[in-house]
Amino acid sequence: MPTKTHVQTKINGESVEFLCEPRQSLLECLRDILQLTGTKEGCNDGNCGACTVNLDGRIVDSCLVLGVETQDKEITTIEGVASPDGLHPIQQAFLENAALQCGICTPGFIVASKALLEAEPNPSEERIRFWLAGNLCRCTGYDKIVRAVMDAAGQMEAK
Amino acid sequence: MTAAYEANVVLASKTYDVIGTRPIRHDGADKVTGRAKYGADFQTADLLYAKILRSPHSHARIKSIDTSRAETFPGIRAVVTAQDWPVGSGGEGPIQLGELTTDLKYLRDNIMASDKVLFKGHPIAGVAAINAHVAEEALNLIEVEYDVLPAVLTAPEAMQQGAPLIQEDLKTEEFGEKIDKASNVAEHFQHKQGDLDQGFAEADIVVEREFDTATVHQGYIEPHNCTVQWNKDGRLHVWNSTQGPFEVRDATAKVLGLSASEIKLTPMEIGGGFGGKFEPYGEPIAALLSRKTGKPVKVVMTRMEEFESTGPTSGAHLKLKMGATKDGQITAAYAHLAYEAGAYPGSPVSAGAMCVFAAYDISNIVIDGFDVLVNKTKSAAYRAPGATQAAMATETVVDELAEQIGLDPIELRLRNAAREGTRRADGVVFPRIGCVEVLQAMKDHPHYKEPLTGPNRGRGVAVGYWMNGGNQSSVNISIHSDGTINLIEGSPDIGGSRASISMQAAEVLGIAAEDVHPAVVDTDSIGSTGGTGGSSVTFKAGWAAHEAAHDVKRQMIERAAIIWEVSSDSVELHKGTFKSKTDPGLSMTFKELAAQLDETGGPIMGRGTVNPSGAGGAYAGNIVDVEVDPETGKVDILRFTVIQDAGKAIHPSYVEGQMQGGSVQGIGWALNEEYFMDDVGRMTNSTLLDYRMPIALDLPMIDTVIVEVANPGHPFGVRGVGEVNIASPPAAIANAIYKAQGIRMNVLPMNPAAIMEAIWRQQK
Repeated sequence: MPTKTHVQTKINGESVEFLCEPRQSLLECLRDILQLTGTKEGCNDGNCGACTVNLDGRIVDSCLVLGVETQDKEITTIEGVASPDGLHPIQQAFLENAALQCGICTPGFIVASKALLEAEPNPSEERIRFWLAGNLCRCTGYDKIVRAVMDAAGQMEAK
Repeated sequence: MTAAYEANVVLASKTYDVIGTRPIRHDGADKVTGRAKYGADFQTADLLYAKILRSPHSHARIKSIDTSRAETFPGIRAVVTAQDWPVGSGGEGPIQLGELTTDLKYLRDNIMASDKVLFKGHPIAGVAAINAHVAEEALNLIEVEYDVLPAVLTAPEAMQQGAPLIQEDLKTEEFGEKIDKASNVAEHFQHKQGDLDQGFAEADIVVEREFDTATVHQGYIEPHNCTVQWNKDGRLHVWNSTQGPFEVRDATAKVLGLSASEIKLTPMEIGGGFGGKFEPYGEPIAALLSRKTGKPVKVVMTRMEEFESTGPTSGAHLKLKMGATKDGQITAAYAHLAYEAGAYPGSPVSAGAMCVFAAYDISNIVIDGFDVLVNKTKSAAYRAPGATQAAMATETVVDELAEQIGLDPIELRLRNAAREGTRRADGVVFPRIGCVEVLQAMKDHPHYKEPLTGPNRGRGVAVGYWMNGGNQSSVNISIHSDGTINLIEGSPDIGGSRASISMQAAEVLGIAAEDVHPAVVDTDSIGSTGGTGGSSVTFKAGWAAHEAAHDVKRQMIERAAIIWEVSSDSVELHKGTFKSKTDPGLSMTFKELAAQLDETGGPIMGRGTVNPSGAGGAYAGNIVDVEVDPETGKVDILRFTVIQDAGKAIHPSYVEGQMQGGSVQGIGWALNEEYFMDDVGRMTNSTLLDYRMPIALDLPMIDTVIVEVANPGHPFGVRGVGEVNIASPPAAIANAIYKAQGIRMNVLPMNPAAIMEAIWRQQK
């Protein structure tokens, strides 16, 4: 049995420590060790985007990052997107635009959309489609997701 | 144009207070914050993790299985094989799973093979360990000896004389009777009406074509998962993500030799299904492992297991012949439909046969259907199962007829459209249907009227049909003293159905959709409810909610009568207010009365149970513009419109969502998706990188028109909306490709290789 490694990192603004095997992905550490199950597994090989998290300001597939690599990093997962005051405008826009059906891809899309709007506050439809090309949704055909992100951009700009 | 273009239009036939509005779904906040619990999120103390050993061969006899080294591997807690099935379980007989019927013996062998493996990925053994990595390591220590047999991979190959037999004892059912001949054809049936020869004799133009469509997967993002605890009292508790809690409970009970009441199944949130999550795969194996270890056992499939070992939909070989007169009357139609079932009988060919000519009123029809075994994983339902393959054939042939006659393709369809009273070839006579209205809305749409310009571009149209389903459903409603209600139901919510069910109860009671708190509960806590499939949930569970709400209304009227000391006959409920029909001074809101239940007799519960047969069949059509690159064969979708008859759209946003999602699955089926098999039956593209489903960047917006031709078989006119939208996109795209490049496509997918081959053939 491999020896476990101690990892200290920051998740959703809080300092976190955990023990993991070197072979465990960040996705496994989040879900199985830390019970942060909002980050979803769809393929475990970096092709669906359901496990998207923000790592030091970049969106990554957490199934392609090892838990031990996150020492001293900052991670934002879907659980860290809403504030105590309420939903993030992107989350609200997903609800109002019916941009989810089964909802399994939704956490990944919201984390990716948040990174997009932080980088480009007023993206075109084409830019949204480009940024979300790493996230698969099988239910919606993407139409309402793209509209939700446009709507959220408008709401955030108005504030 | 006089008015601004609207991307999403509802042609509403009747308006209501709650129905037809767009409230935020009740489970929405949980799902945008990551708090909703899907099956794989389930955790419990003492959990073991299981992995499944699978066959590397697509057809082989198992000579021996040696699990001894795996059993002693550190961290391993138990190993099971087919030897561990309870004695006497898995007797023969048909069992209903969602939209398809299967045989119990086949179901058990499919879950864990005993003597033969019939597809690559066929389960052989299950291993439970302290974590999934250890379980995976131990799989390598199980030694299996095989006699490899020749594999059969397509329907035409499997139907040939002398083809290797997949199920050696399988006798063909020919026209409803078993014949004494072993073959790979599980069934051959025929539908017939009129006089086909006479019909073709009357035709001026006849088009005859052959088609091949590849195996495709539903592609839900959440893999199959389950956790099973075999309790010491003999009862089994299952937590999983499933479309059919009762179907999976019943099937699991049968293969384990239990009675259904010995299993409690708690459906967790589900991450997509599209028909693919009706069958037990891991549940019975996890159950055997749990019995051996006394601990809960969890199985989560990998993506490769999803592709290789769950139920995709059939590849098919189709031959179609249709004839029409010069003035545009279709006089005859013949179809030969050979669908791949996979390793066990049960392809959706019978549904394909119901759909193949269902958009048309044709007097003379013959349809031959063949359910054909091949060495691929057993097929399962996929969104309007069987209809898409059929529509690809019919709608491209009808397009050719229109071209040869010189008629607008929608006009030819309108002249021959099925309507109330038309007899479907398998015998069903249509009640009120919306085929004509869908075609008319297509013809009237700005997309169809605006010219398409530019080289290598073309516009295509097509329509599709799906029967839709009913099935039993149960709903309980209880009332809080603040006037909100709890609505308990048994249909896993795969795309907003908590909302569409709640809205029907709210409409009856005159309360807001937000005042309903819906919950999907376990199989011990609600009456039997058929699964989330067949586009049935909003139809059947909505109807049960309608019944339960009327039960509540009746009881509340009695309470108002008690308070007012009048006869209950004189009290009515109108838009959320109880009123006396005679005394205008007597009036009380739903909330006011809800606060007085304590002192007027105690709590009220409403109950609704239905098993409706009046599911309304539905039509959908597409207008699609494509651009085909003649150098690379790549097809880009420039513009896409879907028009569909919803009967009544309860929550239009989620109806549009179904239309858009089904359309895009159809686009993927049309252009990219396929099981790419090597010559011994191994899938060579079993990742989501290589099995290329549409991504956001591939697509334009998907514009929608909801047509509402009320279904006479439902209190609010609801037809199912989930499935029909996948049927016509491949044919519409094929017809658009023809307009762009002059090539008639007869294969799916129409990927760059297929397009280039067709262009080169044309240039010869």
